[in-house]
Amino acid sequence: MRLTLKIWRQSDAAAAGAMHTYEVDDVSEDMSFLEMLDVLNEQLNAKGEEPIAFDSDCREGICGMCGLMINGEAHGPVTTTTCQLHMRTFSDGETITIEPWRSDAFPVLKDLVVDRGSFDRIIQQGGFISVNTGSAPEAHSVQVPKEAADRAFDVATCIGCGACVAACPNGSASLFMGAKITHLGELPQGQAERDIRVVNMVAQHDHEGFGGCTNIGECAAACPKEIPLDVISQLNRDLRTALRHGH
Amino acid sequence: MTDMPDTTLTSDPSHDASGHPATDDAAGYYTPGSPLVDTKAPAGPIDERWQTRKFEARLVNPANRRKLSIIVVGTGLAGSSAAATLGEAGYVVKSFCYQDSPRRAHSIAAQGGINAAKNYKEDGDSVHRLFYDTVKGGDYRSRESNVYRLAEVSTNIIDQCVAQGVPFAREYGGLLDNRSFGGVQVSRTFYARGQTGQQLLIGAYQALERQVAAGTVTTYTRHEMLELIVVDGKARGIIARDMVTGAIETHLADVVVLASGGYGNVFYLSTNAMGCNVTAAWRAHRKGAYMANPCYTQIHPTCIPVSGSHQSKLTLMSESLRNDGRIWVPKNKADCAKDPREIPEEDRDYYLERIYPSFGNLVPRDIASRAAKYQCDDGRGVGPEVDGVRRGVYLDFADAIARLGRDAVEEKYGNLFDMYARITGEDPYVVPMRIYPAVHYVMGGLWVDYDLQSTIPGLFVTGEANFSDHGANRLGASALMQGLADGYFVLPHTIRDYLADGPFEKVAEDHPAVVEARKAVEGRIEHFLTVNGTRSVDSYHRELGNIMWEYCGMERTEDGLKKAIDLIRTLKDDFYRNVKVLGTADSLNQSLEKAGRVADFFELGELMCIDALNRRESCGGHFRAESQTEDGEALRHDDQFAYVAAWEFAGEVPILHKEDLVYTAIEMKQRSYK
Ligand SMILES: Cc1cc2nc3c(=O)[nH]c(=O)nc-3n(C[C@H](O)[C@H](O)[C@H](O)COP(=O)(O)OP(=O)(O)OC[C@H]3O[C@@H](n4cnc5c(N)ncnc54)[C@H](O)[C@@H]3O)c2cc1C
Ligand code: SF4
Ligand code: FES
Repeated sequence: MRLTLKIWRQSDAAAAGAMHTYEVDDVSEDMSFLEMLDVLNEQLNAKGEEPIAFDSDCREGICGMCGLMINGEAHGPVTTTTCQLHMRTFSDGETITIEPWRSDAFPVLKDLVVDRGSFDRIIQQGGFISVNTGSAPEAHSVQVPKEAADRAFDVATCIGCGACVAACPNGSASLFMGAKITHLGELPQGQAERDIRVVNMVAQHDHEGFGGCTNIGECAAACPKEIPLDVISQLNRDLRTALRHGH
Repeated sequence: MTDMPDTTLTSDPSHDASGHPATDDAAGYYTPGSPLVDTKAPAGPIDERWQTRKFEARLVNPANRRKLSIIVVGTGLAGSSAAATLGEAGYVVKSFCYQDSPRRAHSIAAQGGINAAKNYKEDGDSVHRLFYDTVKGGDYRSRESNVYRLAEVSTNIIDQCVAQGVPFAREYGGLLDNRSFGGVQVSRTFYARGQTGQQLLIGAYQALERQVAAGTVTTYTRHEMLELIVVDGKARGIIARDMVTGAIETHLADVVVLASGGYGNVFYLSTNAMGCNVTAAWRAHRKGAYMANPCYTQIHPTCIPVSGSHQSKLTLMSESLRNDGRIWVPKNKADCAKDPREIPEEDRDYYLERIYPSFGNLVPRDIASRAAKYQCDDGRGVGPEVDGVRRGVYLDFADAIARLGRDAVEEKYGNLFDMYARITGEDPYVVPMRIYPAVHYVMGGLWVDYDLQSTIPGLFVTGEANFSDHGANRLGASALMQGLADGYFVLPHTIRDYLADGPFEKVAEDHPAVVEARKAVEGRIEHFLTVNGTRSVDSYHRELGNIMWEYCGMERTEDGLKKAIDLIRTLKDDFYRNVKVLGTADSLNQSLEKAGRVADFFELGELMCIDALNRRESCGGHFRAESQTEDGEALRHDDQFAYVAAWEFAGEVPILHKEDLVYTAIEMKQRSYK
C-alpha cells in the first residue's frame, strides 16, 4: 500500500520543530509500524536526507522504549505498543500523523525521541524495597496469598513507556506511579516503606512537572499493558493514609 | 526434552580408518598460542571451592571503598545487579547503558523463567543435579568449577528477588510455584507468567535506582561505550559517546565491568533487541581480552518466520508450545502453497515424530532447528516465499484442541496465540502456526577466569557477555540465573580481591593511553561521516547477517566457512569505502551508532567462522556437517576438542590459546536422542 505520512521533525532539544510530509509506497500489511518507518528511512538515506530519529529496542512490546503519537493516539489505534502495531490496521492511501510524546516532563530530544528520565527519578524516590544483596530471608519464610501475588504481578507489568502521560490532558503520571505503589503495596515485603514511598514519589512527580490527576481515564485507555485505573485510587488512598500517619 | 539415556563414547572418531589424526581445518587462518589456565579456582572438592575462594579473596576496608571506583557497562540482569550490590557495599559506581533507562536492557524480554536448585517440589533436585544438568546440557564444554558455583548460588537469587518484591507465580497456599523447563525432569524453574525477565530486571533496576538516590551509583543512560582504556596493562576506564549530544567522554575508574550482553545480532535477524551489539566486548578484545568459543550460538526452533525483506527482528514463541503442538510439513512439494487445512492427514509428514519416535516434537532445540532447516532446504517449507524459499514449518494445535478443548489450550497458551495473531494476522486456533528457527543466544563471549576477570587485569565480564557457564549449549531458564548469580553473588566477592590492592594511582585525562583511546573513537566517527558512499548501514548489516546465517548458522562445513570468511572480508572492505552515514557527530545520530556496531560485527563474524572452522566436531549449538553419526546426530571429539578456544586479537590472523577442560566431578558422555 501507499501512505502519506506527516511526521514531526526537530533537529535537537533547543530547536523549533515542524511537521513534514513524506510519501511511502511498497508498504506491506505484514510490516510493523516501525518497520514501515525503517523503509521510509532507507528511502530518505538514499536521497541524502537524514533519517527520522525514533526510539525502539525490543520490538516485542516489553522494553517500553518505543512510543509515538499516531493520529493523535498514544501508540496508535490498537491497545498495544507502537512496535507491535502492524500495518494491516491501516489502509491504502491513508494519511498518518506521527508525533512524539508531548509533555513538559518529557522534553523532545530529536524528531520523535523524548527524554523520560523523569520516570527513573520518580522510582529513585521510593519505587523499591530496601533490601541489600545477601540480607534476604529464605524465600518461603513469608507466604503471599495468591490473589495478592497475582494482583501485584498484573500491575508490575507496566513497561514505563509513558503513553499514559502522553494521553492525559493534564500530563499526569499517576497511572505509572499508581502501578508501582500498588505492585509494592500488595506484597508483605513492601509494607515497611509504604507510607514514605508514596509521599516521596508523589513529591518527585510534582517536582518533575507532571500534572495532577482529574480522573479522566485517558491514561488507562492508552496503556498498552492495560494497567487499570483503580491503581490511582490505591495511590490516593495510600497517600491519605501516609499523611494521616504524619508524613 | 526429557533427559536422554547416555551412551559412553567408545570409538575414537578423531582418527580416520587408517589411524591418521584429523586435519587442522583452520590452518593458515590462525596462529597457535600458548595454553591458557584458570589460576583462580581453588583445588579441592568441587562443593568447597567457592567457599574457599570467598574466604581467600581479600577484603576491602569499608572506609577505603569510598576511594575505589567501578565502571559497570550494561544494566541488564548482570549489570544492574552488580552495580546495585557494589553501590550498597560503598564503592563509587558509574553505570552505563545505551537505552534511555536502565530498565530497558534486553533482559527485560526473557519470557520463560529462572532456574534455582531450591527443591521446593521435593522431586529430587539438588545443587549437584542442577550442576550435572548444566554441564551435560552444555555438552561438556563448560568449566565445571564455574558451573558448580552457579548452581550453588542459584538458591540465594530467589531469596533476594522475593525480598525485592518480584511477583513470582504462587500456589494457592501462598508458596512459590515451579515448572519444568528446557529438557530436565525436575521442576526448578521459577517464573512470573511469561514475563520473568521483566520482573527480575525491574527488581534489579529498582535496587539500582535506590543506590542512585543513596549517592553511590551514577547512571549514564543513552551513553555508548566505544573504547576501553588500558593503562600499564590494566583496565582503567572507558571512552563513551553521549548519544544525545554526541560528546565524546572519558570516564576513568579503578576497575571496569562489562555486562554488555550477547552478540546474536551479528546475524542481523535474531530474537535480540535491535540495539544488542558486540562493541563493548569487541573493543576490549582488541585491547587484549581473549574471546572464547565465539562460534557457540544457540538457535531457537520456535520463532515466528520471516515475512519479508523488511523484517527487522524475530519474535520468539515459548518452547513450551512443543508440548502440545505437532510439527509437520507437506509430503508433496506441490502442497506447500496450499491452505494447510486442505492437506489430508496422509499427505503430511510429522518429521520429528517420524525420525525421533521416542522424543518426537520434544527433541532438543538444536535437533528440532536443524530438522526444520532440512525440510525447507528440501523445498517442503511453508508460508510466504522470501528470496525464493519458503522458510517455515507448521506447528499444529488441531489435535490438542480436539483432545483438550479450545478452552484448555487457550488457558495454557492464550497469550502466545494472541501475540502470534497480532504479528501474522492469522488465527492459530484455526490455521496451524508457522514457525522457523532463529538465533537466540550466544554461549561464546569474553574469556574469564573463576573470578570473572578477563585476560586484561581489572576488566571483569558478567552475564551473556562472558563465556563461562553454558559450554556449547545453554539450558532454558539458565541465562537469567547466570546473570543474577554473577552480578549479585559472585562478582562482588571476587572483585574485592583485585580492589584490595588499591587505592590505585590516579590516571590523568591526558595520559597517552587515554588520548590514544579518544583519538581512535573520534577517528572512526570521522571516517563514517565522511565516506559518503551509496549504501546504508542496515543494508550491510543485513548482508552480513545472511552470510552468517547461511554458512555459520545451524549447520557449518569447512567449505562453507572458508567461503564465508572471504565474503565477509570483501563486504567489510566495501563497507569502509561505500557506506553512507548522514547527519553529524555532535547530535543524536542513529545511523552513526549503527555504523560503529556493524563495523565490529564484521570482525566478530570473521572470528566466529574461524572458530567454527577450527572446531571440527559437533557439540551443543555448533554442528559441523563433517562430524555426525550415521544417523545424522552431533558427534563430539573429546580427545581433540575438550578445550575452550580463547582467541587473542592479532589483526586478521588471531592467536588461539586452549584451556583444557578437566572434569573431576562428572563423567563425559555422548548424547543420543533416538
Ligand atoms: C526473547 C528472549 C527470551 C529469553 N528468555 C529467557 C528465559 O526465559 N530464561 C533465561 O534464562 N534466559 C532467557 N533469555 C536469555 C537472557 O534473556 C539473556 O541472556 C540475558 O538476559 C542477558 O542478560 P545480560 O545482563 O547479560 O545482558 P542484557 O540484558 O542484554 O544487557 C546488556 C546491557 O548492556 C548495555 N550495553 C551493551 N552494549 C553497550 C555499549 N557499547 N555501551 C553501553 N552499554 C551497552 C545495554 O544497554 C544493556 O543495558 C532470553 C533471550 C531472548 C532474546
Ligand atoms: S502505566 Fe501503562 S502507559 Fe503508563 S508507563 Fe506503564 S505501561 Fe506505559
Ligand atoms: S520497542 Fe520495546 S516495547 Fe516497543
